[in-house]
Amino acid sequence: MAEYTLRVRRFNPERADGPYWQEFALELEPHRSVLEAVLDVKGRLDGSLAIRCSCRAAICGSCGVRVNGRPALACNTHLRDAAATGVGADGRTVVVEPMGNMPVLKDLVVDMDAVHWRKIRRVTPWLLNRRPVPEREYVVPHEDMVDVTQTMACIQCGACVSDCLSMEVDPEFVGPAAAAKAYRFVGDPRDAEPRQRLRDLAEDPHGIYDCTHCFMCIDACPKGVAPMSQIMRLRRMAGSDHHIVDRNNGERHEEAFTTLVHDYGLLHEAELLPRSYGGNSWFGKFHPAAGLELVDSLPAIARALARRKVKPAQALRGHRLAKRDLDAVHSIFDAIEGRQRRYELNLYRSGAEEEAST
Amino acid sequence: MKVAYWPGCVSRGFTPELHDSMEAVAPLLDLELVPLDRASCCGAGVIAEHNQELADTLNARTFALAQQVDGAELMMNICSTCQGAQSECQERLDASSSYRARVNATLAASDPGLSYEKGLTNKNLLWLLVEEIGLEALRAKVRRPLTDLRVGPFYGCYIVRPSDRLGIDADHPRDQYLHWVIEALGGTVIDYAGTYKCCGFPIVTMNKEASLKQAGTHLGDAMDAQADCLVVPCPLCHLNLDLQQPLASKAVGRPLAMPVLHLPQLLGLALGLDPRQLALSKHVVKPTSVIDWSTAVVGAPAPA
Repeated sequence: MAEYTLRVRRFNPERADGPYWQEFALELEPHRSVLEAVLDVKGRLDGSLAIRCSCRAAICGSCGVRVNGRPALACNTHLRDAAATGVGADGRTVVVEPMGNMPVLKDLVVDMDAVHWRKIRRVTPWLLNRRPVPEREYVVPHEDMVDVTQTMACIQCGACVSDCLSMEVDPEFVGPAAAAKAYRFVGDPRDAEPRQRLRDLAEDPHGIYDCTHCFMCIDACPKGVAPMSQIMRLRRMAGSDHHIVDRNNGERHEEAFTTLVHDYGLLHEAELLPRSYGGNSWFGKFHPAAGLELVDSLPAIARALARRKVKPAQALRGHRLAKRDLDAVHSIFDAIEGRQRRYELNLYRSGAEEEAST
Repeated sequence: MKVAYWPGCVSRGFTPELHDSMEAVAPLLDLELVPLDRASCCGAGVIAEHNQELADTLNARTFALAQQVDGAELMMNICSTCQGAQSECQERLDASSSYRARVNATLAASDPGLSYEKGLTNKNLLWLLVEEIGLEALRAKVRRPLTDLRVGPFYGCYIVRPSDRLGIDADHPRDQYLHWVIEALGGTVIDYAGTYKCCGFPIVTMNKEASLKQAGTHLGDAMDAQADCLVVPCPLCHLNLDLQQPLASKAVGRPLAMPVLHLPQLLGLALGLDPRQLALSKHVVKPTSVIDWSTAVVGAPAPA
């Protein structure tokens, strides 16, 4: 047995004084879960402590909470690990809070309907049958089915939604769970509308291009769904396979970035910005959208010039690799962009054949 | 220690003070930098979004060039984003010999003699400071301790997540190194909400409002926690937190004045370099709360 302090952020909607912290002392084996600690407190010390839970085996997805500031399932987080995680961990204190980005109903129970399920419904979360529907079953290549099992593994716990950093500033962002769900159908060969699904999520100002690429959902997910990786695949398919040019500059930014690295070998920031707004050519900067952005950014540009952070001539010229190296870069681009089909190594599907070194 | 040095694009573009300060501070750390001048952009995750094999091959070329540097113990970068984007490519390259052979075939055709061999060590300056130089040795080099300087660590997403790819575990708590380095330099670490959050830069062209709100929120949180400055190991974070700070201020509707230092600048100050050698004058938000310019003494200002 070991002694722990369970520090819980509580909230009772019937009390007027808002959320508050409460600490409970308990003794449990270090390999016991955070959920068992919460239930121990609930059973022994305070029956009013609210948490959702059911299976206690990391499959029902009910007990999503934040443990020491990180989203997790209470039932598959060991007390020993929880108490040792994070800056300032003392091996004894376990801080449990309700998940973020969703309204708290009571204590550790959040309103999943208001956020998570509403977003899931927004991505048409069912198969749109490809016609004609075969008399018997659809035959799907094994590889394709294995591919979508990664997103099918989602147990709808909301851990990724809880700490999504884009959603924190843009509550309308479709979010990691729903985007992963969208991939589950876009990547399914039986689905009739992958292009329409991609266009929908690319054109939505709060769709796939609103993801800030922070990896938070990848670390949050207890099931290895890697929602952000699925969002990046959706972007790749939308831009590179379906050539969907969206209103959010998503495809333009990606095209401009790639083209500039092709042309210069290095990033050319002063060209990237106008092209992301105005279109992927030297003339992009003369597009009205690029002009508006320029005006909007003038305060920042003026300060940067005043501080001699950037010299105008150098910024406009950009940096370029030496010819020999640029030729090598071109040759790599030609070889790979010239392939009939885009090749993508998916470690989820293939597995690591060797022990990867770090 | 000799390292194959990858400065990245932005440190030579819109944040030239980063590259300059790294070069200034390297001799004090006994670091010999061999710049990878022939290498291309890491793609910052964006090229991978376009074509994963392309990003992997361009980075394999960089890794191969690093492996050719005579006497270099490892490859070092000064950009969280480069670290993250390159680690992602390296994970795939190291996981599959057939994929590596495929990528190396493209490399050989474009640049005869170049080939990536599994197992390159590529470390951000922050990791190198703690794991190669060591905090004890670093402490011994401090000439001007950052006493009373209240510093907010801002890591940047790409060197803290995903933790398994980046080798973060109980033996290598790399997500705490910035805290440790600030303390080793004599500064005080500020606890504020933004430490591990996203600066918002990746979506600045897609959703500018959300992007600036992220930057503005973290800067405001740091101000509320009475930080004198933030320190970042990532120039892209620096762009959104410093260059865009006037716009971020509008986005969150509050005045902001939070100096943001690059990691080598903070090191340089503590190791005794003159602020001008560290190009601290090139920031959009003047680091006056960090430096008394008249005497070039590091310290917090007297309360107003």
